[in-house]
Amino acid sequence: MLKFFAIRIVQGAIVMLVVALVSFTLFRYLGDPVNSMVSEDATIEDRELIRESLGLNDPVIIQYFRFIGNVVKGELGLSFRTRSSVANLLAQRLPATLELSLVSALFALIFGIPMGVYTALKPRALLSKFTLVGSLIGISIPTFLSGLLFIYVFAVILGWLPSQGRGGLVDLGLWKTSLLTFEGWSYIIMPAITLGLFQLTLIMRMVRAEMLEVMRTDFIKFARARGLSNRMIEYRHALKNSLVPVVTVIGLQLGSVVAFAIITESVFNWPGLGQMFIQAISFVDIPVMSAYLMFVGAFFVALNLTVDILYFLIDPRLREQ
Amino acid sequence: MVKRKAFMFLFVALFALTSAANAKTLRWGFASDALTMDPHSQNESPTINMLRQVYGTLVKRTAGLKIIPDLATSWEAATPTTWIFNLRKGVKFHDGSAFTAEDVKFSLERAAHPSSDYKPYVNTITGIKIINKYKIKITTKAPDPILPSYFTYVFIMDKQWSEKQGVTAPANFKANEESYAVRNTNGTGPFILVSREPDLRTVFKRNPDYYDGRVKIDKLVYTPIKEASTRVAALLSNEIDFLNDPPVQDLARLKATRGIKVMSTPQIRTIFLGMDQSAKTLRSNPDLGKNPLADKRVREAMYRAIDAVAIQKKIMRGLSVPAGMITAPGVHGYDKNLDQRIPYSPKVAKRLLADAGYPNGFKIRLDCPNDRYINDEAICQAAVSMLARIGVRASLNAQPKSIHFKSLSNSESDFYMLGWGVATLDSEYVFRYLVHTRSPKIGAWNHANYSNSEIDALILSIQKEVDNKKRDKMIHKVWKTIGDDITYLPLHHQVINWAMSDKVNIPIQALNETYFYQATID
Repeated sequence: MLKFFAIRIVQGAIVMLVVALVSFTLFRYLGDPVNSMVSEDATIEDRELIRESLGLNDPVIIQYFRFIGNVVKGELGLSFRTRSSVANLLAQRLPATLELSLVSALFALIFGIPMGVYTALKPRALLSKFTLVGSLIGISIPTFLSGLLFIYVFAVILGWLPSQGRGGLVDLGLWKTSLLTFEGWSYIIMPAITLGLFQLTLIMRMVRAEMLEVMRTDFIKFARARGLSNRMIEYRHALKNSLVPVVTVIGLQLGSVVAFAIITESVFNWPGLGQMFIQAISFVDIPVMSAYLMFVGAFFVALNLTVDILYFLIDPRLREQ
Repeated sequence: MVKRKAFMFLFVALFALTSAANAKTLRWGFASDALTMDPHSQNESPTINMLRQVYGTLVKRTAGLKIIPDLATSWEAATPTTWIFNLRKGVKFHDGSAFTAEDVKFSLERAAHPSSDYKPYVNTITGIKIINKYKIKITTKAPDPILPSYFTYVFIMDKQWSEKQGVTAPANFKANEESYAVRNTNGTGPFILVSREPDLRTVFKRNPDYYDGRVKIDKLVYTPIKEASTRVAALLSNEIDFLNDPPVQDLARLKATRGIKVMSTPQIRTIFLGMDQSAKTLRSNPDLGKNPLADKRVREAMYRAIDAVAIQKKIMRGLSVPAGMITAPGVHGYDKNLDQRIPYSPKVAKRLLADAGYPNGFKIRLDCPNDRYINDEAICQAAVSMLARIGVRASLNAQPKSIHFKSLSNSESDFYMLGWGVATLDSEYVFRYLVHTRSPKIGAWNHANYSNSEIDALILSIQKEVDNKKRDKMIHKVWKTIGDDITYLPLHHQVINWAMSDKVNIPIQALNETYFYQATID
């Protein structure tokens, strides 16, 4: 067990180093940060001076090791764009993204699982057919379009929900949450649904497929032979067995929701990490971009590690090997 | 359960919206936030506009761009190289401390600090002498006739406060810690900064002691919204009252919406194409063996091939003014007679190309930004197809501004798009950056590599001439020469549009600065 852990952690560290190296190599093609940092009035001389003082004239490999060194020391530096601390920026943005992802994942689960079960158990019902067609539409409309549609209907025409931003915050010290007030929920509901729509469809379809599969297996037949009630068979036996692969996928999907909520966040002006990353790209804000990529890398490494450990615990066969 | 919850959300949301509609609060939206609240750290227009709400300057401009007193009540050039500024008495900074000549001296020196981004505005100053508490003498190394227009950008800080907070210099690029001045302010301006969350929300309240008229807005809330359609939706759904950059394609719709009005005025920014006239060969077509752009006939042919009126009608939806010179009305030295375009004529253009030895045209690459100017990429596409009609086969290379400007400063472009605004509203500002031969201290944006020693000498004397008549004559001469030489291909002057709730009244200003201290809400 310990050996397994140690190996995975070393592997994780290597992945992080590679993520940093790849991002640093890519930054060279993003443009010149100095150009956005000084006014157009700046002389060529001034620009050179700044480039030199930021170490942008050094070879990429030296910049890379300097960055790694600083990260190890726990320093993420200052943003080129706002000159404010990158660590603070991340800390300020993280709650917004995590809450948005959490609410959207809950939304996807609460609606996705029952819908999947229903469509599997009653494949011929009109509602099932309707849901399946609807989910096809949901999965094929791009996020930015569904987001804009929501804004247009609920904010512009009906005026029920705010179209953008994150309000109604309660300050818990290190964490500002929008989940404790109704106003906060009125801001989060539209982006969360937009972001969760795809996950909802995915979960629904997976649950349905797994359910159909399990319902055909022998042990369901034996359960019926034992005279168990339909309810018992469907929820106790079938659903439980079909959820195992679904849980794995949900775990990994949560990761990608956190990391790639970029489009939803920019459409709803949601002040999360994705929006921060987009702004950093257009400004060539290297410290912010590298910190974000490192964070996403670390998040995925941790998530994968957790999933592996869960397998280890759930599946007895793995333990015996 | 779910239904009831949803209903409750809606109810609460409605409540939130009505309570936010306080009559004296102005909610303002714009694409990008100020980069910092440090007054001398970033010379960038959204930053300047935000700072202007909080900080005062010695002199300022009216909405009609005239220079008027702000913290200085009067000023005069005592000799060609010395200026006397008389300061306003009884002004207080937001923390209550008094404004005196000490603060002016401190701020001018701070703006000249190596880590300041405002050095070009104060680098002619050699001496600042405090005569008394409300009088200051400024010496320049050579006569500097446009010093007052530079001073409209040099914000005045409180010396004591800056020393106490350890922000006597703008943050250095190598600094490891955030400077206090990045999020905190102490100015003399019409609004007091209440809270600042970069890229999220900035709140100001009225300065009750403001010296230049009563400010009628109690609270100003600024929200940056990057996505254009989201910005428009926020205005339509009454979550913001004022937008100073609505997208051009939504203007017609906004105008047609009840309760929303749109204002427009020509902006001080001209869009043009530049051509490298000094390169030996074309970088984008080295096989040609020579540089056709060095030949004036070729440049004229390209000029005549571009139909600026068609661009105005089809791409800018009427919201631009076709230009014949690369500076806009409102800039000192602008001349309506020079702002006439050479007539559009593909026929003449073809003949000129043939005369120059390119009867079949040539290949070239046009470099364009796609996120900097209004409809920049579409304009370039149009130019490419217009040039194709005379045989100049331009391939379009449209890229984000960060890459576009990088390739310009690395001298990697033969043919490029650029827009130029004029901070000082004086032609000298255009000449200094776009016309003077490119060198380490001057001519930074002259990527056309135009070089004319006679013009260079003229520009240097324009910078020093205090006799307005003589100076205007020289400015005219430079404009005439570079127009005749077809140094640049002018396209159009941009137009500024503001969209707002029809309850808001605010004067529109050609530099896109928002004078909220003059705004009212009905």
